[in-house]
Amino acid sequence: MSAIFDYLTQEPVWFYVRLVLFLVGTLAFVGANAAYLVWVERKGAGRFQRRPGPDEAGPWGLLQPPADGIKLMAKQVMTPPGADALLFRLAPALVLMPPMMCLAVIPFGDKLLACDLNIGLLLVFAFGSINVMALMLGGWASRNKYAIISAARVVSQNVAYEIPMLLVVITLLMITGTMNLNEIIHQQAGGFWQWNIVRGIWDFQAGHIGGNILVPVTFLIFYTCMLAETNRAPFDMAEAESELVAGAFTEYAGMGFGVFFMAEYANIVVGCALATLLFLGGWQSPIGTVPAEWGWWGTLLGTGFFFAKMYFLIFCVVWIRWTFPRTQFYNLLNLSWKILIPVSLVTLLLTAGLLKLPNLF
Amino acid sequence: MNLTPLLAVAAPSANPASNWITLGLFIMFVATTVAGALIAVNTVRIIRSVSGLALACVGLAGLFYFLHSPFLALMEILIYIGAVCVTIIFGVMLAEPDEPAPETHKRPYPVIAPLVAVVIAAGIFGGLAKLALGHKWEAPVAKINDGSVAAIGTSLLSTYSMAFELISLVLLVAILGALVIARGGRTKE
Repeated sequence: MSAIFDYLTQEPVWFYVRLVLFLVGTLAFVGANAAYLVWVERKGAGRFQRRPGPDEAGPWGLLQPPADGIKLMAKQVMTPPGADALLFRLAPALVLMPPMMCLAVIPFGDKLLACDLNIGLLLVFAFGSINVMALMLGGWASRNKYAIISAARVVSQNVAYEIPMLLVVITLLMITGTMNLNEIIHQQAGGFWQWNIVRGIWDFQAGHIGGNILVPVTFLIFYTCMLAETNRAPFDMAEAESELVAGAFTEYAGMGFGVFFMAEYANIVVGCALATLLFLGGWQSPIGTVPAEWGWWGTLLGTGFFFAKMYFLIFCVVWIRWTFPRTQFYNLLNLSWKILIPVSLVTLLLTAGLLKLPNLF
Repeated sequence: MNLTPLLAVAAPSANPASNWITLGLFIMFVATTVAGALIAVNTVRIIRSVSGLALACVGLAGLFYFLHSPFLALMEILIYIGAVCVTIIFGVMLAEPDEPAPETHKRPYPVIAPLVAVVIAAGIFGGLAKLALGHKWEAPVAKINDGSVAAIGTSLLSTYSMAFELISLVLLVAILGALVIARGGRTKE
């Protein structure tokens, strides 16, 4: 037994074992998370519109997600005539793959991450960019007018919002100086005044002005772009059910449709996790630091903090969806090209200047 | 077939099991690249060729990872799949919303054209093969630098500053060209 354990904990083998364990865990997490975020979404929608939401299946409607799952799996999976069958079937898998890859580098706790990659932030954006391609392939392969219009919209929207998102992330990168996500969180230890959203304005530890006094604006831009990149209301141009039936997903039935939704929620989790760890200190405690001698219990507590912050941001996503009506498509593009990109360019210049400022005195 | 030298290149590690896993991954990435390239050139539907190109880029990214440059691997995905392939598909959508009928056009040179193509392809293949076999390959450097943001920034602004500036010039020209075309297209009736 101990020989097996020794073999398994050898560095390269342990790496693969950990990777496989984490991938299985990620699959389970993505599935369960999507199922229950649908419940949160429907319950939230109900509450915002002064109705109870799902409450028949189980206590507080908690058994609604399994019922939905069974319903989706029982439906016939069909490919419309004239569709590109291969790409049509491939698109849901391609949509789900990138967010799951991204989850591999996101540190949920101090030691709770699959792959401590030096350029984890870059990996998240690299795989995030595949999402557009997958949605577009799904829309195109459907051979349906609504789906193709939606696919064209997805591209313009995602290209427009990827620019300000990358720009604001670069401003943050200039402050942190690293793309290792766990290291970025380590830098924010000490309390909520050390989180990047406060530290950018005034660095309490060093006692001088922070790198980016507009960091709350940066956070807002990041959050807005995240909403647009994950195709969430008020920017859900890909689906737009009142004008395009169901957009790129019009022709999908059963679990093919379900997988698109799973991917949407997985993308929201990745986006909110990124917002949490870039701006809100990740698994750091809001007051003081978790003592190192608490060991795994400390890590678990940190994971609790991470999930609390992340799910608060996810709740805000639901909140925004049921509060704001869908924007017009031209307004959506104008918002990005005429407001978000100039503002994020200004913050970029400002950060570059402010980072040099303490050196001058 | 003796795989030992390949194994040593792909996975210089003491553990035999992990060596085989790594070799398997290496072969998978090579196969992905080749399969993607074959799909890209052999299919008649242009959207599938772009998908093949994307697949080849994924394989290439994996090969870059094996060459100890994860930064380049991720950049390959970010730029070639996230930007180039998406732009191509967008162009296809705007230009050709309907699948073209299988064409039955007459080939003007039924004998000469394939012959020329075969000769050129054989020449390129032979030249590359001779180069690859004749070159004395050095052992792969384990790690050139740590791949950190600071190292990338330093090399972009010192060693590769010329290429960096030239690329920015090309992009500037492209933006100006796009502006000129967009201006010309916006006339009110």
